[in-house]
Amino acid sequence: MDKTREITLTVNGESVTARVPVRMNLVDFLRNELELTGSHVGCEHGVCGACTLLMDGRTTRACLTLAVQADGAEVVTVEGLAASGRSAALARAFTERNALQCGFCTPGMLASAVTWVEGGGSAERDAIRAHISGNYCRCTGYQSIVDAIADVAGSKAEDAA
Amino acid sequence: MKAPDFAYARPADLGAALALLAEHGTEAQPLAGGQSLMPMMNFRLAAPEILIDLSDVAELRGLERTRDTVRIGAMTRYRDLEDWPDLGGTLPLVAMALPHIAHDAIRNRGTIGGSIALCDPAAELPAVMRVLAAEIEVAGAEGSRRVAADDFFTGFYETACGEEELIVAIHVPVAEADRVYGFHELAQRHGDYAMAGVALSALSPNPIRSLRAAFFGIAATPVRLPDLEAALEGLTACEAQAAVTAALEGLDLLADTKASADMRRHLSGVVLKRALEAM
Ligand SMILES: Cc1cc2nc3c(=O)[nH]c(=O)nc-3n(C[C@H](O)[C@H](O)[C@H](O)COP(=O)(O)OP(=O)(O)OC[C@H]3O[C@@H](n4cnc5c(N)ncnc54)[C@H](O)[C@@H]3O)c2cc1C
Ligand code: FES
Ligand code: FES
Repeated sequence: MDKTREITLTVNGESVTARVPVRMNLVDFLRNELELTGSHVGCEHGVCGACTLLMDGRTTRACLTLAVQADGAEVVTVEGLAASGRSAALARAFTERNALQCGFCTPGMLASAVTWVEGGGSAERDAIRAHISGNYCRCTGYQSIVDAIADVAGSKAEDAA
Repeated sequence: MKAPDFAYARPADLGAALALLAEHGTEAQPLAGGQSLMPMMNFRLAAPEILIDLSDVAELRGLERTRDTVRIGAMTRYRDLEDWPDLGGTLPLVAMALPHIAHDAIRNRGTIGGSIALCDPAAELPAVMRVLAAEIEVAGAEGSRRVAADDFFTGFYETACGEEELIVAIHVPVAEADRVYGFHELAQRHGDYAMAGVALSALSPNPIRSLRAAFFGIAATPVRLPDLEAALEGLTACEAQAAVTAALEGLDLLADTKASADMRRHLSGVVLKRALEAM
């Protein structure tokens, strides 16, 4: 029975092959092996959302996903979102609205916000709050984060109209 | 914390997965979405020696509607159901429950089979499956069998699925045209485990005709009381609230830091009334 395993996955558009211990979770693999420290580690039991990133286009808890389970997957971290410009409008809105203080929650928040905006999510505050309910922020009190996401969702809807 | 050390296998089909379970017995544990098992391992509440990752087992996948049932493969993720265009028309009660289960990122990975196998007292789907009279298909070395949802959830995190068996699929009857469905839960925050919740179906909600109701989050397993369902016949939503609170007196209800047993008894009446009024 294997205690290590070779995996090949795409991280931020680049193919990566590595042999990993099977008990290593995805966020530790990204941070410690690939030195992509944008994804944060908070609770390690799925509650805080700090480790949230995109796996095959869907938000995923990287602390509850083993690196071996990401074999064959396409992973996008906050570094990839920034480099490709996918999160540019949100990053601007977060700055304008003061939607971060310490910034610990921000990478996970952005991953959740990106799927909301790209999925055509509305600017309605209650709906945004439900969507980001799995991302904790201990600083802002959330109002400003909802403001920022609503700004981007609203202007996207206007562009489409 | 990190999970304790373990070995990992990713069998290619159901036969291989069952063979691994038979070979390793209680040392092995199936891994589906990992949204409950990984936290339990990181907390070191679970320490399997071998994880059997079910993600390559094709027999556990798929979402198909036949004339009057939907077969939900065990590895179907909550998100796959939410994205299924036929969900609202065929399984409206499931559609009502899904948004209350955890959060977006958890629903992207968590599976229907995992939720049914775990039988968390506060989980929504076990209660939903009891109301819908679903059948759970499990497979083992001897072949497969089907268990009625009413007989499946046997205790606190305990089900009729044996240690060397796997849940293959859930077979859920399609919504009946003459019935209406309702759902309500109370949690501290959106996506948290419920302090009390109810799933129901009826011919008419207010006054009540032919009710099936399962409460979750209040006891070790989803609570369905056929005597209570019969006693509610003809009552209004308000009258039903009082009847439920009385009927739960004497039952062994959960108590924790979120809610006492008495509070859960009270909230059970509240969720039933609200669900009925919204139907
Ligand atoms: C922050 C957070 C909030 C949550 N909130 C809720 C909530 O409100 N409501 C809710 O219902 N759930 C909630 N969950 C749990 C989530 O729904 C889980 O995904 C689900 O309970 C288990 O599904 P899984 O696929 O992740 O299973 P896993 O975690 O992989 O497995 C769970 C258990 O089932 C066994 N198992 C899995 N598949 C099979 C199978 N096919 N046959 C036999 N055994 C099997 C495993 O061995 C394990 O013991 C929450 C989780 C988190 C992290
Ligand atoms: S570190 Fe993954 S959810 Fe908290
Ligand atoms: S900005 Fe500090 S946790 Fe959100």
